[in-house]
Amino acid sequence: MINYLARRILWIIPVLFAVSIITFFLMHAVPGGPWDAEKRLPANVQARLNAQYGLDKPLYEQYIQWAGKFVTGDLGPSYRSRDRTVNDIVGDGIGTTIHLGLMAFALSVVVGIPLGIFAALGHNRWPDYLSTSVSIIGIATPSFVLAILLIVIFSITLGWFPTGGWKGPQYWVLPTVALAGFPIAVIARYTRASMLEVTRKDYIRTAQSKGIGGRDVVSRHMIRNALIPVVTILGPTLAFLVTGSFIIETIFSVPGIGRFYISAISTRDYSLLMAMTLIYAFAVAFLNVVVDVLYAYIDPRIRYS
Amino acid sequence: MAADDTMTEPDAPSIVEVSPDDARRTQTPTEPRAGSDRKAEKLLTVRNLSTHFFTPDGVVQAVDDVSFELGYGETLGLVGESGCGKSVTALSIARLVPNPPGRIVAGEVIFDGIDVLKMNDDEMRHLRGKEIGFIFQDPLTSLNPTLTIGYQIAESIRQHMGLSSAAARDRVAELLGKVGIPRAKDRLNDYPHQFSGGMRQRVMIAIALACDPKLILADEPTTALDVTIQAQILELIERLSDEFHTAVLMITHDLGIAAGMCDRVNVMYAGRIVETAVVDELFERPRMPYSWGLLDSLPRLDDVRGDRLRTIEGLPPLLIQPPDACRFEPRCRFARDICREDEPELTKRGDSHYARCWATEPDGWIP
Amino acid sequence: MTTQAASAQAATIRARPSTGLWRDAWGRLRKNRLAIVGLVLVIALIFVGIFGPYLAPYPYSQQDLKAVLAGGHGPLPPGSPGHILGTDQLGRDLLSRLLDGARISVSVAFVVQIVIIVIGVPIGALAGWFGGRTDNFLMRFTDIIYAFPDLLFIILLSVAFRETVFGQALDGLLLVFVAIGITSWVTVARLVRGQMLALKETEFVEAARAIGVSDRKIVTRHLLPNGMGPIIVAITLGIPAAILAEATLAYIGIGVQPPRASWGSLIAEGQKFIRSEPHLVTFPAIAIALALIGFTFLGDGLRDALDPKLKGKQ
Repeated sequence: MINYLARRILWIIPVLFAVSIITFFLMHAVPGGPWDAEKRLPANVQARLNAQYGLDKPLYEQYIQWAGKFVTGDLGPSYRSRDRTVNDIVGDGIGTTIHLGLMAFALSVVVGIPLGIFAALGHNRWPDYLSTSVSIIGIATPSFVLAILLIVIFSITLGWFPTGGWKGPQYWVLPTVALAGFPIAVIARYTRASMLEVTRKDYIRTAQSKGIGGRDVVSRHMIRNALIPVVTILGPTLAFLVTGSFIIETIFSVPGIGRFYISAISTRDYSLLMAMTLIYAFAVAFLNVVVDVLYAYIDPRIRYS
Repeated sequence: MAADDTMTEPDAPSIVEVSPDDARRTQTPTEPRAGSDRKAEKLLTVRNLSTHFFTPDGVVQAVDDVSFELGYGETLGLVGESGCGKSVTALSIARLVPNPPGRIVAGEVIFDGIDVLKMNDDEMRHLRGKEIGFIFQDPLTSLNPTLTIGYQIAESIRQHMGLSSAAARDRVAELLGKVGIPRAKDRLNDYPHQFSGGMRQRVMIAIALACDPKLILADEPTTALDVTIQAQILELIERLSDEFHTAVLMITHDLGIAAGMCDRVNVMYAGRIVETAVVDELFERPRMPYSWGLLDSLPRLDDVRGDRLRTIEGLPPLLIQPPDACRFEPRCRFARDICREDEPELTKRGDSHYARCWATEPDGWIP
Repeated sequence: MTTQAASAQAATIRARPSTGLWRDAWGRLRKNRLAIVGLVLVIALIFVGIFGPYLAPYPYSQQDLKAVLAGGHGPLPPGSPGHILGTDQLGRDLLSRLLDGARISVSVAFVVQIVIIVIGVPIGALAGWFGGRTDNFLMRFTDIIYAFPDLLFIILLSVAFRETVFGQALDGLLLVFVAIGITSWVTVARLVRGQMLALKETEFVEAARAIGVSDRKIVTRHLLPNGMGPIIVAITLGIPAAILAEATLAYIGIGVQPPRASWGSLIAEGQKFIRSEPHLVTFPAIAIALALIGFTFLGDGLRDALDPKLKGKQ
C-alpha cells in the first residue's frame, strides 16, 4: 500500500511537468502581451519591460527559466502589480479558495448521500420523488444560473445574505450552495442507484435469513457496500469543485485565486496563469489519489500491490 | 454417505443393488431431537402452498398447490430442473420471497406446530436464523464482502442467543472448527474473498447452524462448487445434521445427491410435485416418466464412450396460465389424449409413494 | 417427440420466447417513463436545432428598435405584439434567439461527441487490443490529459486560438467544439479499452482467430458491436456535460461570438435586467434545463435498458 501511494504521488510530478509545458506554450500562442491592457505604452518602453521580464528570449529558454524558479517555490513576478509577486497573490487567495471548496464538498456529501439513501429506502414513494426532484433540479441548473437565482431570491429580494464578499459566515452560504448544487444532485443519484442495486444482492437475502431486522440490515449490510461505488465518483466531483469554483468566485466576488483566472488570460499575466493552472492540476491529481486510498480503505477486497 | 462404488446405480425400472448403508434408510428415521422439544408430530407440514409472481407479462405460478411433510431430523430431497419452483418453495417456507413481485397466495406452512404464514414480522424474524437456517447456492455472492466472516457468523448468534461478544466469538470459533475450517481462531477476522469456494460454503453452513436450528433449507449448496469439493460439503452437511438432529430440506437438480443424502425425495416439475417416495423406492420403482427421464439422463459407469448423452427433449413450460393438462405432456414419450385434456392428481402407487401420471395409474397403459 | 406432441406444445403451453439484445433493450426502454420523457425532449431539441431558423419569426440578430423605443427603452416583456417571448433591450426577438441557441446546443452536443469518438475510440481500442507497452504509453498520455483542469484548459484553448481562422470558423463554434472535445475524450477511451480487454479473451474471438479472420476485422466486426452498449450510454450521458461547458463558456464571454445567441450568452446579457424583465434569464435557463434533463434521462434509460444483468430477470 505504501508502495502504491508513493508511486501514485511521484507520478504526479511528470504529469504536472507535461501540463506545464503544454500550458506554457499555449499561453504564449495567444497573441499580445502583458502590457496591452494598460494605457498604450510607447514601443521602446514595452521593449524595455519585455527585456526586464525576460520576455524577449526564445520560448524554450523562458520556459526553463520559469521552471527553474518554480521548483524553488518562486512563482514569478506579477504582471498586474509591479510590487507584488505571484506568491503574494496566491498566498492571499488560496486559503479562501480551499475554504470554499471544502465547504462545498462537505455540503455535497452531507446532503447528497443521505438524500440518495432516503430515496432508495422509500423507493417509488414520496421520499424517492422528492429526492429525485431535487436531483433533477441540481443537474439541470448550471452553477452560474443557480448563483444568479440564489442572489435574486435570497439576497436581493429577501435580503438574508449579501451578494458578494467574504467577510463572515453569512457571506459563505450562497457561494457554497451555488457551488454544491450540481455535486449534490450527482452524488444523490449515484447513491440511490447504488443502494437499489445492493438491495437486490444475495447477501442481503442471507442477512434476512438470519432474522436480522430491516433497519439493521440497512445500516450494517447495505450502506457500506452501497457507498463503495459512490466513492469512485468523488474524484470527478472534487475535480468539478476545484475547476468550477472560479466561476462562483467571480460571480460572488470571493477573494480567492479563482477570480483572477479570466483576467489573467485576458491580461496575459503569464506567471499567474502558470501558477494557477498548476495549482488546480495538482489539486485534482492529489485529490484523486486520496479518493483511491479511501476506496481501498472501504472495500476490503481492494489491496494495492 | 458412501461416495464409492456401493452407491446405488440409478436405473429405472429394473432391480437395483442396495448397499447395506442405504438399506438402513428405507424407513424415515423418527429419532426424537435431543431434549425432546417437539411440539408437533411432524416438524414441517406444507399444505396446498401456492406462490405466484406478479410480473408485467402476467402472473407466474411458480409454486402451485404443493404439499409435503418433513419429520424432525429427517432429510427430504426436493429435486427438479431449474425453474421448477423448488427454490421458491424453500423461500416461501421462510417467507423470504421477494415482494414485489412475489407473494404466497394460498396454503399453509406449519412449522413445529405453528402456522408460519400467520406470524407477524417479529415472530418471523425470530424463526429465521434461530429455528430455520438457510444455505444458499452461491457462497461468493451470498456473503457480505465488506464484513468479516466472524462477524457474519456471530451476527445471528448475538441476535438470537444474547451472548456477549466474547462468548459469541468462542462459539464462532467452535462452529468454524466443526465445519472443518483449519486454524479457526485466526481466521475470524478474514473476509469472504480470502477463502476458496468450498471454504466459503463451509462458512455458510456455519452461519446456518449457528443457533442450532431445527430445520436447514439447503438450496443447491454444491452447484456452484468444484466437483471434488461437492462431496466434502455434502458429507459435512449430512454429518452435522445427524449430529445435531437437524432436519434438512435438500434442494437439488442432481439425483445422485438426492440418492446419497436423502431419506425421502419429492420430484418437482413446473411448480408441482409430480412424484414423492422414500429414496430407494423412487430409484427402484419410479412411476412417472419425468423421473425416468431424470434417472436415465444420469451418466452411468457402463455407458459406452462416444455415445450421446441422454436428455429429456424440450424445455419446461412458462408458468403463466398453465393449462389444465399434464404439464410434462409435451416432452413425454408416453403421452396420450387424456394427458392433454386433464391434469392427473397425485395418487398412491405404493407404501407412501405417490405419483402424478395417467400412464402409470393402476388402470393406465404402462404397467 | 412426435409431431402430434410438437403441435400440442405450440398450442397449449407457450415456450419461452427468445429475443436479441437490442430488441430486449428497446422493450425495456419503452417501459421506462423517465426515459421516454428524455427521448421526447431530445427529439424535440434536435428537431428545433435543425429546423429552428426556418421556424423563427425573425432572424436572431434583427433589432426592432421602434418597438423598444415605443415601449419605454427597455426589453419588451413576453406577450408583446409580434414577440411571444418578449425581446431584449435591442429589440431582438427572444424566441428567435432561443431557437438559434438551440441550434448551437444541438451542434455542440453532437459534434463534440464526434470529436470524442474520433479521438477516444481509436486510442482506447489500440490500448486495449495491443496491451503491453502501447497500452502503457497511451494510458500515461490519457493521465496527462485527464489531469488538466478542463474548464480552465478549454478557456485557454479558446482564447489562444480565438483570432485565428480556425477560431473564427462557424462563429467561433468550431473552436469550442474542438476545445471541449479535446478535454473530454478520456472517459470514452478508457471505456473502450476496458471493453476491449474484457472481450479480447472471450471464446468467440478465439474462434474467429482460428478461422483466420484478420485482427482488424475482429475488432471492427466483432468486438466493437458487442461492446457498444456502455459506450453509447457514456456518450449520451456526456452530452449534458458538453452543453453545460458551452453554456458556461458563453456566459463568461468565450466561444460563440455575438450576435449569435447561445443560451449561456443570453443569460449573461439578460442578467442585468433580472429584476425588471426576468424573462431574459428564465427562458434561456429553462431551455438549458430541458436539454440537460432530456439527455440525462435518456442516458439513464439507455443504461438500464442495455444492462445485460437485467436480461432475463422478471
